[in-house]
Amino acid sequence: MSGTRVESEVDVSAVAPRPGSRGVVLARLRDLALVPAIIAIAVVGYAVNPVFLSSDNLINILQTMSEIGLLVLAQTLVLVAGKMDLSLESTFGLAPGVAAWLIVPAGVTHGLGLLPGWTGVPITLAVGVVIGLVNGALIVRFGLNGFVVTLGMLIVLRGLLTGISGGQTFFGLPDSMLYIGTTLWLGVPVSIYLCLLLFVIGILVLGYTRLGRALYAIGGNVDAARAAGISTDRVLWGTLVVASVLASLGGLMLSGRLASVAAAQGNGAIFTVFAAAVIGGVSLNGGRGTVFGAFTGILLLYMIQNVLTLAGVPAQWIAALNGAIILIALIVSRITSGKAQE
Amino acid sequence: MTAVPAVRQSWPLVLAEDVHKRYGTTVALDGAGISITAGRTHALVGRNGAGKSTLVAILTGLQAPDSGTVAFGGEPAPNLADRDGWRARVACVYQRSTIIPQLTVAENVYLNRHAARGGGIGRRLISWSELRRRARDLLQTWEVDVDVNTLAGALSVEQRQLVEIARALSFDARFIILDEPTAQLDAPAISRLFDRMRGLQERGVTFLYISHHLEEIYRICDDVTVFRDARRVATGLVAEMEPREVVAAMTGDAVALIERAPRPPVPSSAPVVLSVRDVRVTAAEGTFEDAQSISFEVRSGEVVGLAGGGGSGKREMAEAVVGLRPHPGGTVSVDGRVLPSGSVKAALGAGVGLVPQDRHQQGFVSGLSIAENITMTVPDRLGRYGVIRPAVRDGLARRLIGDLDVKTPGPELDVAALSGGNQQKVVMGRALANDPRLLVLIQPTAGVDVRSKETLLDVVDRVREAGSAVLVASDELDDLRTCDRVLVMFGGRVVAEFAAGWSDSELIAAMEGIEE
Repeated sequence: MSGTRVESEVDVSAVAPRPGSRGVVLARLRDLALVPAIIAIAVVGYAVNPVFLSSDNLINILQTMSEIGLLVLAQTLVLVAGKMDLSLESTFGLAPGVAAWLIVPAGVTHGLGLLPGWTGVPITLAVGVVIGLVNGALIVRFGLNGFVVTLGMLIVLRGLLTGISGGQTFFGLPDSMLYIGTTLWLGVPVSIYLCLLLFVIGILVLGYTRLGRALYAIGGNVDAARAAGISTDRVLWGTLVVASVLASLGGLMLSGRLASVAAAQGNGAIFTVFAAAVIGGVSLNGGRGTVFGAFTGILLLYMIQNVLTLAGVPAQWIAALNGAIILIALIVSRITSGKAQE
Repeated sequence: MTAVPAVRQSWPLVLAEDVHKRYGTTVALDGAGISITAGRTHALVGRNGAGKSTLVAILTGLQAPDSGTVAFGGEPAPNLADRDGWRARVACVYQRSTIIPQLTVAENVYLNRHAARGGGIGRRLISWSELRRRARDLLQTWEVDVDVNTLAGALSVEQRQLVEIARALSFDARFIILDEPTAQLDAPAISRLFDRMRGLQERGVTFLYISHHLEEIYRICDDVTVFRDARRVATGLVAEMEPREVVAAMTGDAVALIERAPRPPVPSSAPVVLSVRDVRVTAAEGTFEDAQSISFEVRSGEVVGLAGGGGSGKREMAEAVVGLRPHPGGTVSVDGRVLPSGSVKAALGAGVGLVPQDRHQQGFVSGLSIAENITMTVPDRLGRYGVIRPAVRDGLARRLIGDLDVKTPGPELDVAALSGGNQQKVVMGRALANDPRLLVLIQPTAGVDVRSKETLLDVVDRVREAGSAVLVASDELDDLRTCDRVLVMFGGRVVAEFAAGWSDSELIAAMEGIEE
């Protein structure tokens, strides 16, 4: 008892009220804010149609989610560092598109047939690196506005894909490009393993490494980050490259699953990506949010969409409902987090 | 991390000599220098633009001098790229925060040098428990009572400064530069800061203390160096220099701090301009437990002070009067008209002008010109049908710039380019553009140099003479000296009222809540 008394005396002499560890607990809870919502949707889904909880359906949700999920992961890194990358959705289509263009034989589609099939994956990832470097050069090196630069890149890259494909879809992709989209390990597609693995790495890097914390510092107060000895330019540049590579990989997963690259691959995905990040508690102003939160955000969105499909909502109405869901999910996360979104 | 070089006894801890620095055509330092003895608190004073900030940038290794030498304890200063070398010698707590609000206190303290886990792959991962423990130990060592898990954005200015000081000490630096640390602190917090500085001084920490407030320098500093026009013009023991001499050195000509002549009390026949009835102040965070409803009047030609420290409710009361804060229950009326609670528009319409507490946040829009800022409250006067005529605006702005003696090449200059004192004059001008019947000032001279302070307080006199009423909420005695009456607030209540001619000690005692 005497120990407690000493404690309380210290508290009385406190300079000011101390929000204390309650703040940390709240921050952690905010991370888990969407978990009850996810459980609720699962229950509703099961009530609507018991197929919802069948393993086939769950795998289907996770696989379609894993492709966009990588975009969400990429965008989360960029947002935490205080920037935005709109061009990710075009990279998502262009990177596998370039690989297909160089590999697929001429004739049926617009392919050039220049390179052997095994180069598909390296080319896809290399395109991601190049796009990231260009973004970095324009934003970090030349100090252009990140939002407008990546908006410009979004349009340019989309146009490039339309150009090389002639507006058509590439078919007949080499096996190497199909692997992660189609192969099953223990009955589960590789893309799901890969997506979950990358999210776990993302959680570890952002939560538990100096590099990851540097992203938060830069997004929170770039001058203070620099004063703490962080090479802010290099970190930002690296973040943009990693984000583009993740987007390329996501595109590769989708192309592999569909065994094709459509000229419109990724078109309009960026809205869902931003929505998932914000719903998951990532701030658009930088410095705030977690990879786990972003994961729950995209998972929630995809579960709701799946439930609607199972409920037999006509396809023509899905788009309108998707938009409405995002707005509702924003409201729900605003209520559960209790804080204004930024 | 590099080891701290042992200080040789015969050398000053910091010695800068014959330092020159120019930025383009501007000479920022012209053969300036400073010599700081270990274990003493050294004041650096000078008007805005005297070269203080440049000297700080050079002493902290952010910029290299064009010529001249800097030495720490007799050793030449480290290379500019050797950040750890600099950090082990000197740390600066800037006016502008170098803290990341979204991160916890613990992480801010050990940013980019997080504690690592044990061996193997874990070495690359941060150990949060270890990090928190270290931060807790550090703050405990330096007796900073802040929870390390708090988000830094939730700290008060005072706590934030203490955390920054502790962080500086964690680099093993024992020389700390405080750049106007009291600008945003209230009187009790300043006293606590000074107590802490004395404590640290006993433990071997040396301070360079930059401030506009001579009174603070006489309270806390041992030595003083005065800068003017990019040079050192005077240096000596604080105890051996008269305040008058220091001011003279700062301004270059011997201006005395003007003693205000006592004036007769405002006749009770003068019409009441502001009438506050039964207003209970509500705090921004939490509540005042002992708040009582407050009533007072301010007559035409009268200056009334609301004195009190932070958390006394003086700011909240002033904000309630101008509509920045709702005041359920009570009434505020100007010239007999009752103002709706919480409406700034209605207050402006009734002829209330405001100089808010924080000029950066509420006072002006940086990026806009002086003219745009100073006429922001009176768009109707700048042209008809909502169209602004630049010529009219600039004309009005020029008149106000002249009235207030704003040092600027013209009304089109970005307000962010002005010094603190001149920015505050623009904020004052914005309040005056409306020709207010009632002028409300909150901490009007915080972070303002001596000359600008005089100008600002002279304006208060002019407004009063023109027959308007003035309400000054402040804990600066100089601000309150212009008042006919001072109401002292504490914990949301009015605890005392003084007529002009009060003594400093009785007013301060009342502000600190000391019962007689």
